[in-house]
Amino acid sequence: MKKTLLALAAAAAISAPAMAEVKLGIALGFTGPAESLAEAMARGAELAIKEANEAGGILGGQEITSTRADSTCVDASAAAAAADRLVNSDKVDAIVGGLCSGATISILQNVAMPTGTLQFSPSATSPALSTLEDNDLFFRASPSDARQGQVISEVLQEQGFNSIAMTYTNNDYGKGLADAIQSNFEAAGGKVTIVAAHEDGKGDYGAEVAALAQAGGDILVVVGYLDQGGKGIIQSSLDAGAYDQFFLPDAMIGDSLTAAIGADLNGSIGTVPGTDSNGATIYNELTKMDGFENGPYSPESYDAAAMVLLAMEAAKSTNGADISKVMFDVANAPGEEILPGELARGLEILRNGGDINYVGATALELIGAGESAGSYREVLVKDQQNTTVRYR
Amino acid sequence: MADVLNALVLLANFLIVPGLTYGSQLALGALGVTLIYSVLRFSNFGHGEIMSFGTMFTIFFTWLFQGWGLSIKPLPTALLALPFGILATMALVMIMDKTVYRYHRENKSSNVIFLIVSIGTMFVIGGIVRFAIGPADQIFFDGTRFIMKAREFKQMTGLSEGLAIKTTQGITIVTAVIVVAFIWWFLNKTRTGKSMRAYSDNENLALLSGIDPARVVMVAWLLVAALAAIAGTLYGLDKSFKPFTYMQLLLPIFAAAIVGGVGNPLGAIAGGYVVALSEIAVTFAYKRVVGYLVAEEHAPETLLQLLSTDYKIAVSFIILVIVLVIKPTGLFSGKTL
Repeated sequence: MKKTLLALAAAAAISAPAMAEVKLGIALGFTGPAESLAEAMARGAELAIKEANEAGGILGGQEITSTRADSTCVDASAAAAAADRLVNSDKVDAIVGGLCSGATISILQNVAMPTGTLQFSPSATSPALSTLEDNDLFFRASPSDARQGQVISEVLQEQGFNSIAMTYTNNDYGKGLADAIQSNFEAAGGKVTIVAAHEDGKGDYGAEVAALAQAGGDILVVVGYLDQGGKGIIQSSLDAGAYDQFFLPDAMIGDSLTAAIGADLNGSIGTVPGTDSNGATIYNELTKMDGFENGPYSPESYDAAAMVLLAMEAAKSTNGADISKVMFDVANAPGEEILPGELARGLEILRNGGDINYVGATALELIGAGESAGSYREVLVKDQQNTTVRYR
Repeated sequence: MADVLNALVLLANFLIVPGLTYGSQLALGALGVTLIYSVLRFSNFGHGEIMSFGTMFTIFFTWLFQGWGLSIKPLPTALLALPFGILATMALVMIMDKTVYRYHRENKSSNVIFLIVSIGTMFVIGGIVRFAIGPADQIFFDGTRFIMKAREFKQMTGLSEGLAIKTTQGITIVTAVIVVAFIWWFLNKTRTGKSMRAYSDNENLALLSGIDPARVVMVAWLLVAALAAIAGTLYGLDKSFKPFTYMQLLLPIFAAAIVGGVGNPLGAIAGGYVVALSEIAVTFAYKRVVGYLVAEEHAPETLLQLLSTDYKIAVSFIILVIVLVIKPTGLFSGKTL
């Protein structure tokens, strides 16, 4: 009897690895200034995981599970603590996250690099992440704001603006993007009359607008948040008659702003990450079938999770350094193009030793240190709606 | 000549009109702080949240009236709701006084205890407000937005600079003048007002001459509640109502009260305007104003800005420090803190 038990225990021990599972940690800012984005993003990442599970899992049929963690947006130590729990307590194999640039940098430096865990952020856009030491463990499905700065400068030049005034929200995102816009715009021969920071969550932006108005400029570039200081600056400028046309970068594009400001916003222009590839349309359908609302950076989250899983299959490993090596091969040409909803096909090709080119929901193309090349939608506010001018 | 007018209009549009508006809001707040200080002898840190509470009830009644279709266009409905907001705030401070402050008054607690108790009430009221209306932005202004639009002003006068005056700015300044006149009349001409001043000057002497302290304290609280609700509502109408910003208002309000001289109502009003105007004037860029006034070839290249607007909030601190170092009793010789 004793021997039988022993044999059973041994059998169980041997068969245990076969039942092993791959774990992903989803660390996003579920609380804080970007909390309204986090739910749709997490659902996007979980959708990719669900799809891979329905395709029979990865790495020889292992099931993928995921754990959510709150990386917050502005609290770097809370972000590190959340990621630390994911890696050391929940034993995740890779992290999808964080949401904001500051939290993402904190996770990378405090957790991902020391533990050799792969980190794939859907939405961190700070240019600092392009050059930061990352032991090749960091990737992102979003383009760097250095790229957005270039695009914004091009749009402004084409529209015939020679001098601009600019205000930015006083954080990693605002400063990074404002610097990128300024350097690109000045390199192209334009004049930036003033660059002034503003704090979010203030009641009154009169003093800020007064300074911006005195500097002069053909258009006011508002690098802020649409529900926060960015809205206050625009409202205050319109009230004082300081500016009547605004440039709205990605974090200012949303229906709540056009609704709050009304007809006075008509004629303002902007840019937001976006693509006209059919991947975006397909992804939109998938979110409806899964029962949640598509939102900003939700497609990027799907792509981030899908890329991690595909790269694991390609590398035949869950080790961060191994996955990192194949990331570019999976994301870029040559190979079979993989759209959202086709993860099963992608995984099968990789299992058979083939090569894929992951297009995904955002026409993902990895460049540089492992970030999306980025395509942008040029927006014009017309009849109180954000309308698409073109993609670039 | 047109250049001088342009320069003046430019200053009026970006400096004087917003400064007077903000100054009026601060003055009403500082008046409340100063009244409490002179009668009850402590710095009430809960004042910002009392303002927030009064504004919240004004908003609730505004919504109710809007639901009934009641309106006093072109003025905002909130003015109609304001008396009810004031009543709600009065009820709040009465409950607060009965349950919290009376105990400490009877036990003759020291000023520091009072101050710390007021911080406690600040957190409690702040919590109630966030719980009841939520932490988000509320815009409750309706009615006509502008008395004068920048574009209309340009067409009317033919100047190249516009002057915009918002309805809320007009309402704020007019209301502040009326309220201040009322307070002055009340303190100087009525029996109750005189007894309050007597109580404030010398408590023992006032008691000996038969002044009822409970009554003086109650009247002081009711006045403060009304002032707080009015100041809060005016600020919320002009900007927007966000509970968090009311806590931040505490610093400029105290700066205004101290600059004018704590315990001196006239000083509180002057202090409000000093703090508000200097906050904007120090961070203002004078490039275009000077550009209008000097010959074209001398027009300045730089912004002519003393301090970046990032340091706006620091201006209150600087004024506070300068006044405390040079004239601790304030411009109008109030009590020392």
